[in-house]
Amino acid sequence: MAAGSPRIRAAGLTIPLIAFIGVTFIAPLGTLLTRSVYDAEVAEILPETLAVLADWDGSGTPSEATYATIARELLRARDERTLGRAATRINRIQSGLRSVVVKTPRRLGRDADADPPSSWREALVAIDDAWAETATWRAVREAGQPFTPRHFLNAVDLETRPDGSIGAMPETRRIYVPLYLRTLWVSLGVTALCLVIGYPIAHAIVHAPSRWSTTLLVLVLVPFWTSLLVRTTAWIVLLQNQGVVNDILVALGIVADNDRIAMIYNMTGTFVAMTHVLLPFMVLPLYSVMRSIPARHMDAAASLGATPMQAFRRVYWPQTLPGVGAGSLLVFILAIGYYITPALVGGQSGQLISNMIAYHMQTSLNWGLAAALAAILLLAVIGLYVLYDRVVGIDRMRLG
Amino acid sequence: MTTATTYVGRRLGRYAYVGFCACAFVFLVAPILVIVPLSFNAEPYFTFTEGMLRLDPDAWSLRWYRSIVEDEQWGRALVNSMIIGVAATLLATTLGTVAALGLANSAMPARRLAMGILISPMITPVIIVAVGVFFFYSKLGLAQTHLGLILAHAALGAPFVVITVTATLAGFDQTLMRAAASLGARPLTRFRRVQLPLIAPGVFSGGLFAFAASFDEVVVVLLMGGLEQRTIPRQMWSGIREQISPTILAVATLLIIFAVLVLFTVEWLRRRSSETST
Repeated sequence: MAAGSPRIRAAGLTIPLIAFIGVTFIAPLGTLLTRSVYDAEVAEILPETLAVLADWDGSGTPSEATYATIARELLRARDERTLGRAATRINRIQSGLRSVVVKTPRRLGRDADADPPSSWREALVAIDDAWAETATWRAVREAGQPFTPRHFLNAVDLETRPDGSIGAMPETRRIYVPLYLRTLWVSLGVTALCLVIGYPIAHAIVHAPSRWSTTLLVLVLVPFWTSLLVRTTAWIVLLQNQGVVNDILVALGIVADNDRIAMIYNMTGTFVAMTHVLLPFMVLPLYSVMRSIPARHMDAAASLGATPMQAFRRVYWPQTLPGVGAGSLLVFILAIGYYITPALVGGQSGQLISNMIAYHMQTSLNWGLAAALAAILLLAVIGLYVLYDRVVGIDRMRLG
Repeated sequence: MTTATTYVGRRLGRYAYVGFCACAFVFLVAPILVIVPLSFNAEPYFTFTEGMLRLDPDAWSLRWYRSIVEDEQWGRALVNSMIIGVAATLLATTLGTVAALGLANSAMPARRLAMGILISPMITPVIIVAVGVFFFYSKLGLAQTHLGLILAHAALGAPFVVITVTATLAGFDQTLMRAAASLGARPLTRFRRVQLPLIAPGVFSGGLFAFAASFDEVVVVLLMGGLEQRTIPRQMWSGIREQISPTILAVATLLIIFAVLVLFTVEWLRRRSSETST
């Protein structure tokens, strides 16, 4: 343990954790980035077809040999239960092809290999006309490319046209860029709300009479430590149609019983719950900065004739800017990646980009697209993290 | 402006400030204030019944707490949460404390970069971590295993330990180590007998942070855990999404009590560590 220079010894102590984080955390992120541009599934299921297709010039339909090869490989894929995976991927290039790919080996039958038809081309076209179309074969060839920019193009609402050029998707299918913008907008809104609500809270904790200030600090720390799911559940209970807030409004006669306000399962729900969850991350940095501002600064400003407003604006506020910056950046970074709260209280209109990533992971099973969407988000977070380090300094991050 | 209007203006400003702060604090604690009483609701509603408001004892009950005990799913979830949480915490605390010793050393090369890497799991959106971990751990056969979740949660918890212990070490008097060395103590003995007891409060509260992070983590469990790895938050998640019953509120109340206990323990440790370091 004593060997080596102090530098090597200090670095040596950090190596176990760096290695651990490298394997358990950084390597998974690397896999994610790989996944976003690389998918060899179809290339592994239909290797020979793709080899023959490589000689095809991309016009008309390919040779009879290609038809024979794909028929054989589809039959084998069916036996090996990999057919569905290939069909899904080809279908993503051109929708409608899933059923064509799945039904072809079924219709051919098990003995087609032993007793081949006179023309594979005719046999396949008889099963579905799609096999006579150039676009189908292009889709198969494209799905077989292990490296593809497709997911990234898709994630920013671009597509490759049949002629090979890259252009915008049809307007109705442009969903991801608007969703990134919505995420950005919601995060900015939540950050602003946290600042507006958090600033007076921090100020009150620091400047309240000392017997109060501890209690007030506890009121911030209890939600900070409380499970995220608990707090989100609480907002469902408070804001739902038959919830506490609507009940109070009805009891006060502000809202008619049959005209209750929809405050949850929409954007309002996402806003309210996210602001609540992230508020402590704004209050705590502000609190530690405000605590270090000497009270005599404000006294001095007042004695020089400043009104409270002027003294605040010219003396107090500028000194709290480091806390404002630290808190806002932290809240913003946490907000753009938020998943749980929008998923539970956001309904349809309150979903953010993270929810779309989860959707493609769990429901549509388009993992390549999920990885590309996540990679773009990751890039944004890394950028903000570097900015945080420049402005605040990572080593000045404190907890609680 | 006359002094009288200035005075009135300032009073109004003062009232506005106090009123706004009061609303802000109500916003902060309202969710918790609502959850706790509603968990004792005798009816399966998520709102206060008239009986509850009249403080009629029949309108209050412990039935939802009973249903937690009776439902073995919650019991199993608690066992899973404890296994994963404790193992992840031990890993994160051990590795994190050792790393913090290196980071707090003034001779540490590339300190900022190392710190940046070690803290990054805390800042990265969990959904991204979950997706990456799912891909990578599946290849290693670690998906749907306790070990996989323990490793992922340890990575997510380690930054908390690093931050807390580095902060504690900043207040550690290095002359104590030199004194121990001059008395002939070997490095490991110096660490074990002198440094560790003094930084123990920081290590312990870092561990608590790591445990709380694991105990509240649901996204990685959602993507990578199987039926055998259902934890408390995972169980709550399906409770909220699928069949929301007031049992959720009873569980939530227990988790709030847990949070308050952790909070006071951490604050107590903080006070102890600032007493010993000065």
